[in-house]
Amino acid sequence: MAEKRIDEATGTQTMGHEWDGIEELDTPMPRWWLWTFYACIVFAIGYTIFYPAWPMIDRATGGTLGWSSRDDFDKEMQTEARRRAPIMAALAATPIDQLSANPELMQAAVEGGRAAFKVHCVQCHGSGAAGSKGYPNLNDDDWLWGGDLKTLEYTIEHGIRNPDHDQTRMSQMPAFGRDAILDGKQIADLTAHVRAISRQDKAGAASARGGQLFTDNCAVCHGPAGKGLRPFGAPDLTDAIWLYGGDSDSIAATISNARYGVMPRWGEKLGPVTVKMLAAYVHSLGGGEAAPPPVADPAPDPAKPHVQP
Amino acid sequence: MDKLVMKSAGWMLIALLALTGFALSQDPGYSVHMVIIGLAALIAMGAGMKGADYAALARGALNMPADQGLYDDDPVRWGVIATVFWGLAGFLVGLFIALQLAFPALNLGLEYTSFGRLRPLHTSAVIFAFGGNALIATSFYVVQRTCRARLALPKMARFVFWGYQLFIVLAATGYVMGVTEGKEYAEPEWYVDLWLTIVWVCYLLVFGGTIIKRREPHIYVANWFYLSFIITIAMLHIVNNLAIPVSIFGSKSYSAFAGVQDALTQWWYGHNAVGFFLTAGFLAMMYYFVPKQAERPVYSYRLSIIHFWSLIFLYIWAGPHHLHYTALPDWAQTLGMVFSIMLWMPSWGGMINGLMTLNGAWDKIRTDPIIRMMVMALAFYGMSTFEGPLMSIKAVNSLSHYTDWTIGHVHSGALGWNGMITFAALYYMTPRLWGRTRLYSLRAVNWHFWLATIGIVLYAAAMWVAGIMQGLMWREYGADGYLVYAFSEVVSAMLPMYLIRATGGLLYLSGAIIMAWNIWMTIAGKLRDEKPMRDAAFDPAKDHPLPAATAIPAA
Repeated sequence: MAEKRIDEATGTQTMGHEWDGIEELDTPMPRWWLWTFYACIVFAIGYTIFYPAWPMIDRATGGTLGWSSRDDFDKEMQTEARRRAPIMAALAATPIDQLSANPELMQAAVEGGRAAFKVHCVQCHGSGAAGSKGYPNLNDDDWLWGGDLKTLEYTIEHGIRNPDHDQTRMSQMPAFGRDAILDGKQIADLTAHVRAISRQDKAGAASARGGQLFTDNCAVCHGPAGKGLRPFGAPDLTDAIWLYGGDSDSIAATISNARYGVMPRWGEKLGPVTVKMLAAYVHSLGGGEAAPPPVADPAPDPAKPHVQP
Repeated sequence: MDKLVMKSAGWMLIALLALTGFALSQDPGYSVHMVIIGLAALIAMGAGMKGADYAALARGALNMPADQGLYDDDPVRWGVIATVFWGLAGFLVGLFIALQLAFPALNLGLEYTSFGRLRPLHTSAVIFAFGGNALIATSFYVVQRTCRARLALPKMARFVFWGYQLFIVLAATGYVMGVTEGKEYAEPEWYVDLWLTIVWVCYLLVFGGTIIKRREPHIYVANWFYLSFIITIAMLHIVNNLAIPVSIFGSKSYSAFAGVQDALTQWWYGHNAVGFFLTAGFLAMMYYFVPKQAERPVYSYRLSIIHFWSLIFLYIWAGPHHLHYTALPDWAQTLGMVFSIMLWMPSWGGMINGLMTLNGAWDKIRTDPIIRMMVMALAFYGMSTFEGPLMSIKAVNSLSHYTDWTIGHVHSGALGWNGMITFAALYYMTPRLWGRTRLYSLRAVNWHFWLATIGIVLYAAAMWVAGIMQGLMWREYGADGYLVYAFSEVVSAMLPMYLIRATGGLLYLSGAIIMAWNIWMTIAGKLRDEKPMRDAAFDPAKDHPLPAATAIPAA
């Protein structure tokens, strides 16, 4: 044990302890350190007086401000709901096909739809709504079931191919290869025909044979020229837009095994106003169509879905 | 002889139990673990049967000097090597998962290499394998020297070292196979937890026993910190890991707590693992190695007492700040926050005591790269212990929580404070443990210092920017009252920051590789022929004091 001595460099006395050559100085605690420590303690005690803090026998002290995080949250939500109430009421009262007449309301709907889309739709359609394989791009004007406001609203509300829901969009392409409706050579011919009408390959003998097969097997849904028919959600096969790929392998796989794209029905989950806003947003992305003449029914008759055995 | 037979029979019994466990195992993870335990028991039996020979072999292979009788340093030497090895492993996995976040393809499509499995591998490797070995090795080194006593229970000390390595191997292999309790920093399953409990109690006995047989009248401050670390970690580990196994022959267990109680227990554990493992334990290292390397007395004895007691009293209540704005009741959140704020000065007490110990030796920052490392460690310690209370304030936390700011905070503490002080301690101990006059290369230490420092700055700055950006984007509302960004848009905005972070990690790893080489060569007994570091010596002839005002010649 060392003696107490004055340390030369600092002029401070040592404690007289020594361990393995380490000594300690008897420097007082820095005042700024001590006072900051006290200030933190005072702040802490003050904070616990104003806010819920000390646990008692059956509950904790509530704090003199009467603050709670739940109240705080509720108040914020109520303020926002009140602010938004007139717009929501107007949206609820306005049928979607009349929305265009009120640009301000339309803008509010589009903004609300943009937010809802980011929460519920980006997982499949992508954050830019550009889609990916099996999930349609919503920025273009190539619509499977129709792209006017009312049709979009119906599609979002009732979903696509929800077997437990009567009003859902429903159709099913036959699996021509898997179910042995066509043999491998016929599928190859048919593929050649689809490649020809989409102007990816030149027409030839195979595509000519495929043309007859197309008329017999496909035209009923895709139309005689392959332009697609919206009541069945059957895509246009003559354009450059492909949901599952337009190369020969993808087309042959589609013909052979069919496709069965599903979208959830959002009406029950999100409510009519949000569905309306989503429809307005999707419509605003660039490919939105004008409403059809009043006589046309945008939705197919759900009682007669086109389902093959 | 009878004793040897009994001991060998004991190891054999453990090996047979492991074989039984293997035979009746309910899942593949448990089977693999039983094989590892069985092999470990057989190795221990083999080593015991030839006892002295193996110790001598190890000494020869690791170039260890023969025991000089004053201190029992073999476990410390093993610990130095283990610290370097696990450090490299942990940093490498860290770099890999940082790259996975930037390039998800690096998940390789395999469950074993997915981010979710490798992330606990990284955190446990750096905290428990690298940090834990550093703590065990330095505590054995420091307690003997400051108590002027050889280690109590020397065989148990060896068991602590090897038992701890077995814990690390079981934990690490478990993570990769998906054997996990799913509690952050407490992932190992029930039987690994039980094993660690045994090892840890032995650690306490060795450390406490050495203090009891000390030949010094007082207990040095570093030992207070080590002791508080060992005792508190035992308590935290046992309470947080209370669980019921589904089967004694299976790896799955369920926590004794549920819901918000489980969350609070977990963060009481998680926060104090930071407080007592990464703060108190490493402050103990600081309290020995800084005054030794600086050759100066500790700045203030009074400050060390007050900051020690206030630190350990306040830290234990601060855990709820990890659960702000959750189902945790408001009162518990309040207390978590105010205790964290009160913790600011007690934490800084350690920084002040460390930095101000350099009073009278400040020139060494210029000349001694090891001191430089210690100063950088203390600077990062001060920064992250200010940042911690700041982030515990609810208004700040509502922005920072769940963002990469937290990751930046943790790494400025872990890379800056824990890493740097450990490197400095390793550089201090290695020549002394192996009886060399100095390190192989002091210039390599300087390289390590700069690579690590630049690495940390890149890492922490990238994560601060990323975290605040993330927090602001998540909460940004448009004029119509709706969120502006989708989650995926926030993710893609982070890519540049993730690349900078990975670069920082690469630099930090490079520094550690230089350290491994330097320590390897030091152990091998080589001295690099290099220009000494003291090239900025004081030259009174070139030192022109400011002239007095009257001395300025009139223009």
